[in-house]
Amino acid sequence: MLNQIGNYSLYIALLSSILIIIQSPILLNRNNINVSGRIFSLISIQSLMIIISFIALIIAFIISDFSNETVYTNSHTSKPLFYKISGTWGNHEGSLLLWLLVLSIFLLIFTITSKNLSNKYRILTLFFQEIIILGFLLFILFTSNPFMSLFPIPNEGTGLNPILQDPALAIHPPILYLGYVGTSIIFSSSLAALISGSVNKTWAKHIKNWVLVSWIFLSIGILLGSIWAYYELGWGGFWFWDPVENVSLMPWFCLTALFHTILILEKREMFHSWAVILSITTFSLSMSGTFLVRSGILNSIHTFANDPSRGVFILCFLFILITLSIFIYFFYQNKIKNNFTKTYIVSKETAVLVNNLFMMFFLSVVLIGTVYPIFLEVVNNDKISVGPPFYHKLIVPFLIPFLIFMAIGPNLNWIKDKINKINLQQLLFFILSIIISFIFLKRVGISYLFSLPLFIASIFLFLITIKDFSVKKTNLSQKISHFGFSLFILSVLVNGVLAKEYSSNMKVGDERKFLNKTIKFESLKVNESKNYQSLEANFKISDKNNSINLKPEVRVYDQPQTITSEADIKSTLYSDNFLVFNILKNDGFYNVRYQIKPFMIWIWISIILISFGGILSIVKKNG
Amino acid sequence: MYGKKVKLRAIFILSIFFSLILIVFLVFKSLEENVVYFKSPTEIKNLTELTSKKIRVGGMVKEKSINVNQSEVNFVITDFKNELIVNYSGSVPNLFEEGKGVVAEGFLKDRNFLTAVKILAKHDENYMPPEVKEALKESN
Repeated sequence: MLNQIGNYSLYIALLSSILIIIQSPILLNRNNINVSGRIFSLISIQSLMIIISFIALIIAFIISDFSNETVYTNSHTSKPLFYKISGTWGNHEGSLLLWLLVLSIFLLIFTITSKNLSNKYRILTLFFQEIIILGFLLFILFTSNPFMSLFPIPNEGTGLNPILQDPALAIHPPILYLGYVGTSIIFSSSLAALISGSVNKTWAKHIKNWVLVSWIFLSIGILLGSIWAYYELGWGGFWFWDPVENVSLMPWFCLTALFHTILILEKREMFHSWAVILSITTFSLSMSGTFLVRSGILNSIHTFANDPSRGVFILCFLFILITLSIFIYFFYQNKIKNNFTKTYIVSKETAVLVNNLFMMFFLSVVLIGTVYPIFLEVVNNDKISVGPPFYHKLIVPFLIPFLIFMAIGPNLNWIKDKINKINLQQLLFFILSIIISFIFLKRVGISYLFSLPLFIASIFLFLITIKDFSVKKTNLSQKISHFGFSLFILSVLVNGVLAKEYSSNMKVGDERKFLNKTIKFESLKVNESKNYQSLEANFKISDKNNSINLKPEVRVYDQPQTITSEADIKSTLYSDNFLVFNILKNDGFYNVRYQIKPFMIWIWISIILISFGGILSIVKKNG
Repeated sequence: MYGKKVKLRAIFILSIFFSLILIVFLVFKSLEENVVYFKSPTEIKNLTELTSKKIRVGGMVKEKSINVNQSEVNFVITDFKNELIVNYSGSVPNLFEEGKGVVAEGFLKDRNFLTAVKILAKHDENYMPPEVKEALKESN
């Protein structure tokens, strides 16, 4: 029953998509006051149908309707309700339906909120967006339909991978998708603006909100995934340069660059083409992200079992979209009105350009690191992976000038500024940061050669961003985001330099010495939960003054039978105590990993601050 | 001969060009140094010369081969054709079990012995690293 509802509503959505695509060129030449009622109602129907099918899938998951193949392979009656619901998008089919849902809802929002813009621009945006929607509908209906019927109906499902049964990961995909899909509107509208010759201030003002929204969701989505990896995978880090992570970082770099460019476009009518190119790139990266994660092509520890044939469809679709957009770009690029006004080298415009260059460099490094293994496997049949040192080696040296530019740039004036503006105050801060870094590194006792300039640059940025709060000239949201970023870099650095790790195999009752601490494996007990049994250990970590107890768990889920380990983390403002343990073999030994992670909590807080700056910017403008 | 503007522009373009070359050079140099090759135990047996670089070995953990003491975990990786003894001290991931897939990253001592610095395992019970799947397919 639910399967039919879901299927039929998707077909109706497909039909309306085709109708819109056919009608929009006809409507293009008529200068109606508004996008005609017919198209608007078609879009509404389409969104409604997709919402219905999505709800049908959620209900199928809630009531454990095992006549649905997706539910059967990804759910189980004994699962808690929350994870039944989140299981809806915890699998390939459901997550694509979610993509589609967000696509159509965003289009609806776009149609409603763009009423005061030109008719041609709106219809063209609708047109491109509908092409994307059509592609996804076809993809879902013909290669990964979430409403496949099963007969005979099984009694019990095979369960959701327990590692995904986690609150952070339950909301991680929807948030990330909101970010990814937001870039589709940017893509469609930039092509529309290009064709209708309206890449200008008005467009920049309008699209800025979309850029911000996608950027905020993408940032928070990455944050959630990162937090999840931190406590669930038991690796004790927050970023591993795994291809699946990289794939979400690349659009982020691109969006960050785009946002800064759009600001210039809005204020100074510059960088038109560059803004369009960035819009196209951002969306292509988001799409390829989905493609790479979903196709199983990526050689990643993260990749879940997948069917590679699906990848071919997305690849073709992606190829068509990119070719189309490049074609449109070269064909209409001369329509861009270039009212170029003279700008001097020392100016805010240059600062943004520098920001963009760095973003593009970071992006290329990540892109090469991610794609190179695929490339080499195709060419040479060599299987390789690119490790974190690759990224560190290439990104860290460039981070130093980047941070310094970031400190100076926002304080420059538009159009023309004087070099001697880099004044006494800034020099003072710079000297101060040299002193601070020197003392800090000396106390910690690490080699100066590489860390010193990095620490100087990041402390300099940190001080400047704090000082900037006292300056009236720039806006508050920018200050918060930039401050958040400096805090982020600083926390990551301190975290990286001061983190300590100890691992050992221990039996109950064992005691180990680590630094000035004693780690004692006190006890072990078995707990029963609804769909898993857990083995809860009790470790006492004590030094001279105080002691804490950490209680990590090993969970044995019954459906499907899987072991996961849950780290126990005690966070304070200064540092995290992280302990995770694993069963090795039934001979009494447990593999124990204890980590001290300084400033961990500040990494999360700083990313929230960065995103908060964006949110503030949207709220302030509309409020 | 040329105007100041043209000269300035030429310098600008040239500097961009050279920095691009520099960047490409850096990227590829760094790639070369930090790439980790993935091999199966059989491929290691057939190596003509041992590398001193870090490599990854994938396969299954041989049944009854895990041996634990206070500081070390020793086990055998097999692709059902050839085997490799792994010596490791450190933490192991969730799904490190006998008879399950595993990837060990480390340095080869000889063709039968690897000192691992990191052990990786997959996320879900159905998943097998593509390399392992392939290695198994090849050895069957």
